[in-house]
Amino acid sequence: MRIFKKKKINVPNFWEAYAAQFESMQPQSIEEIRFVVLDTETTGFDYEKDRILSIGALVLQNNAIAVHEVLEVYLDQYYYHAENVTIHGILKEDKKQRISELEALQLLLAFLGNSVLVAHHAAFDVRMINEALKRYGLPKLRNKVLDTGVLYKRTLIRSPLLERKEQYTLDELADKYDISKRDRHTALGDAYITALAFIKITMKLRKKRKVTLKWLLS
Amino acid sequence: MKNIISERVADFLKRFPPFNELHPKDLDRLSAEIVILYKEKDQQVFQENEAPHEQFYVVHKGAVILQKERQSTIVDLCDEGDIFGLRPLMANEHYKMDAVAYEDCILYAIPIAAFKPLAQSYQEVGDFLIESFASNTRNPYAKNHRGSLHGEGASPEQEEVNPVLFDLQPIAYSKKIVSCSPDTDIKTIAQKMTKKKVGAMLILQNKLPMGIITDKDLRNKIATGKFPITSKAIDIMSSPVITYPRQMTIAQAQMAMMKSNISHLCLTQDGTPNSEAVGILSKHDLMLELGNNPAVLMKAIKRTRKIKKIKTIRVRITELLKRYLAQNIPLTLTSKIITELNDACIKQVIKLSLKKMTTAPPVRFAWLAMGSQGRSEQLLHTDQDNAIIFEDVPKEQLSKAKSYFLALAKEVNKGLKEIGYAYCPAEMMASNPHWCLSVSEWKNKVSHWIGNPGPDEVLLSSIFFDYNRSYGDAELVKALTEHILHDTQKYPIFFLHLAKGALQSPSPTGFFRQFLVEADGAHKDFFDVKRRALMPLVDAARVLTLSHQIKSVNNTAERFEKLAELEPKQRELFLSCSYAIKALLKFRTKQGLLHNDSGRFIALDTLNKAEKVKLKRTFKTIKELQELIRVRFQVSNLLG
Repeated sequence: MRIFKKKKINVPNFWEAYAAQFESMQPQSIEEIRFVVLDTETTGFDYEKDRILSIGALVLQNNAIAVHEVLEVYLDQYYYHAENVTIHGILKEDKKQRISELEALQLLLAFLGNSVLVAHHAAFDVRMINEALKRYGLPKLRNKVLDTGVLYKRTLIRSPLLERKEQYTLDELADKYDISKRDRHTALGDAYITALAFIKITMKLRKKRKVTLKWLLS
Repeated sequence: MKNIISERVADFLKRFPPFNELHPKDLDRLSAEIVILYKEKDQQVFQENEAPHEQFYVVHKGAVILQKERQSTIVDLCDEGDIFGLRPLMANEHYKMDAVAYEDCILYAIPIAAFKPLAQSYQEVGDFLIESFASNTRNPYAKNHRGSLHGEGASPEQEEVNPVLFDLQPIAYSKKIVSCSPDTDIKTIAQKMTKKKVGAMLILQNKLPMGIITDKDLRNKIATGKFPITSKAIDIMSSPVITYPRQMTIAQAQMAMMKSNISHLCLTQDGTPNSEAVGILSKHDLMLELGNNPAVLMKAIKRTRKIKKIKTIRVRITELLKRYLAQNIPLTLTSKIITELNDACIKQVIKLSLKKMTTAPPVRFAWLAMGSQGRSEQLLHTDQDNAIIFEDVPKEQLSKAKSYFLALAKEVNKGLKEIGYAYCPAEMMASNPHWCLSVSEWKNKVSHWIGNPGPDEVLLSSIFFDYNRSYGDAELVKALTEHILHDTQKYPIFFLHLAKGALQSPSPTGFFRQFLVEADGAHKDFFDVKRRALMPLVDAARVLTLSHQIKSVNNTAERFEKLAELEPKQRELFLSCSYAIKALLKFRTKQGLLHNDSGRFIALDTLNKAEKVKLKRTFKTIKELQELIRVRFQVSNLLG
C-alpha cells in the first residue's frame, strides 16, 4: 500500500515543468533536433549501491556546440567508494563546489527538457539517473535516447575481413575519429568526446542512406 | 562561465596570435562565448557576397579553403589556429570570397560582439588585425602601420581590397634566421648549415646583418683552397649584405635576386643593413611560392619537420596534378611524378614518426603499401592500406618487437590520416596486429592463403600481393616475395581461384550496351568505375603476371606491357588493356579532382559523347581479357 501512496505524493514543480514539455510537437529533422549529449561519473557499476558523482552535458544542434550552454555539476554523495578515486580523479575532499543529488536532478531535468539524449553506452547513464530519480519518488526520464556505442556499429562496413566487436569503448571511438582524449574521465570531457563521435557517426551514416531520427532510434 | 570545454578552447587559442596577447581572464571570458562548429568536407562556411555573420572563425582542426569566383582561384588555405572571416565584420562589408571546408573541420566561431572590445582595449590585438588586413596575410608579425580600430566604420587600410594578383602577394619568408657571429669558424658554420638544411648563413653583429655565407662561398672559397678550412666567417663572408624591407611582393623579390644575381635576400626591420634582421628569403622559398614544380615540392617534403606541414604541400601536389591533366600530359608520366611525390610524403611521415619513438627499431623492418598504392595507381587521396614486415626475432622477444612496431604503425597511420589518407574501413593497416608481422609470420600467413584459397583468402591475397616497399629493408621484402612465388608454383590451384575472383566483378554494360549504374545507396545512378571497370583489369593483370612468376612489376599498365612482351601472340590484346587501364585511371582522376573525392563514382551526364565512346571501348577490351582468363585457367571447371 505504501508504494501506491508514494506514487500519489505531489511530484515537485520542476518535474511537472519537465514532463509538460513532452506534450508539444518536437522537431523531426536532424538539423533542428536539440540533442543533449551527456555523461555521468559514478562510484561504480552497481545500479542500486552506487551513486552519481558528477554529470556533464552539452547541447548539440545542427553540428554546433555552444560552449556556455553546458551542464557541469558535482554531487555531494554520502556513499562513496574509495577505489574509484583513481579513475575519475574526483576526490571526496576536493574543493569543487558540490550540490545535493536532488538539486542536481532538478538542474539536469531543466537542461534536458524534451531533447533527444545521446550518451556512450547510454543505458548505463540513463539507468543511474532513473535510480536517482526513484530515490525521490520520481518517475523515469522521458527523453528519447541514442547510444553512440550502438550507432557506431552501424557505420562499420560489412566485410569478412573486418572483425567486429560486441562493444566499442569511448577510447576506441576517439582513436578511430582522431578526437583528443585529454579530458577523458571527467563527465563534461567525456560528453564532449561523445558529441564529436556522434557527429562523425551521423555524417558517416548519411553518406550511406537517408538518416532520420526514427531510423537512428530503431 | 568557465567549464572544462571552455578551458580547452582557451588552451588552444592562447597558442596563436592575437589571442596570445590576451590576459588569461579575458581569454577565459571570450572562450566561454564561443560556439564549436563541425563542418564536413566541402561544406560551406560562408559565401562570396553573403552578408557578414555575427561571428568570425578560427580553425581548430582540419583546414578551410578560401576561394574566389567559384573555385577558380584559391586564395588561401587556413590551417590550425588561423583566423578567417574577420575582416568583413570589422569593415562591415560582405564576404569577398567563399570559405569551404577542405576536409572535415572543427571551427571555433567567435562572436564579434565579444571580440571587438578586446581589439579596442589591447593595442597588440588591434595592431595585429590592422596589420593582417593591410598586408592581406593571416599572420604578419609587424609593428609599424600603427592605426586605430576605434573609429566608426572602416579605416582606409581596411577598405581597399585589391583584386588578388598573385605576383603582388606579400611573400612568406622564413623567420627562423640561421646565424652566427663573425669569428665563428667555417667548420662550425658548415655543420650548422647542414643540420638546419639551409643554403645560407647570416653573420650578425649586435643583431645587425654584417655579412652572409652561402653554399657557393664554401665551394668557391674553401673547397678551391683559396682560404684554409681554419678561416673565420669574417674572412669569407660576402659583405655588405643586400637587404630589403620585410614587406616585399613576390615580383619585387624576383627582381631583386635577378638584379644582384644572388640567391638569398636578407630582410630587415626597415630595409637597410642598419636595422635588425627579421628574416631570410631564399630562391627556394621564392620557387615554392611561384610554382608547384616537382623538384621544388620534393625538396620541400624532405625539409618538413612536422607532419602538418606535409599537408599543405599535398595541396600543391594536387594543384600540380590538375595542371598536368589539363595540359594532357601522358598519364604514365603524370602518374610517375605524382606517385613519386606521394611516396616521398609517406616516407617523410614514417621518418618523422620514427623520430617520435623513444628508441630505435629493435630489428630491421619494412613498411609496405598495399592495394592501389602498392600498384602506384593512387593519384588522389584514398584510403590507406599498409602493413609492416619485420625481421625474425627469438621467440621470447617477439611480443616486445611486435609492440614496438605496432606503436610505430599507430603513429604513422595517424600521420597519414593527417595528410589526407583516410583510415581503411576494413582496418587493413599496419597498426592492426594482423598486418604487423615478422617475416616467418607473414610466410605462414600467405602460405595459408595460397594453400586454402577460400573467398576471403583470395580477397586478402588480391589486396596484399600488390604490396610495394615504401620504406625500410629491401631484403625482408624480397624474402617474402620469393616465398610467395615458390608457394604459388606448388599450388597451381591457387591461380584458378585467383582467376575466378578476377571474373567476379559486375559487368559495366547491360544487354543493350547501356551503362549499368548503381541502383541505390548514396551513389544511386552513378557509374562505379572502380568496381565495374578498373578492378577486372587489375585483378586479371595480377593473376597473369603471378602465373608467369613475376612479382617485380606491380603497376597494372606496366604488367600488361610486360605480358605483351612475354606473349607475342596476345600482344595486341594486352597492349589495348594497358591503354584501357590508363584511360580509366585518367577518367577516375579527373572525376576525383572535380569532386574532391576518390573519383570512384562517375556522374554519366557530366561526360560528353566522345568520352562515353572511349569508356565503352575499354569495356570491349575487358570482355576479351576475361574470356582469355576463363579459357586459360579453365575457370568453368571450378564448381560454382
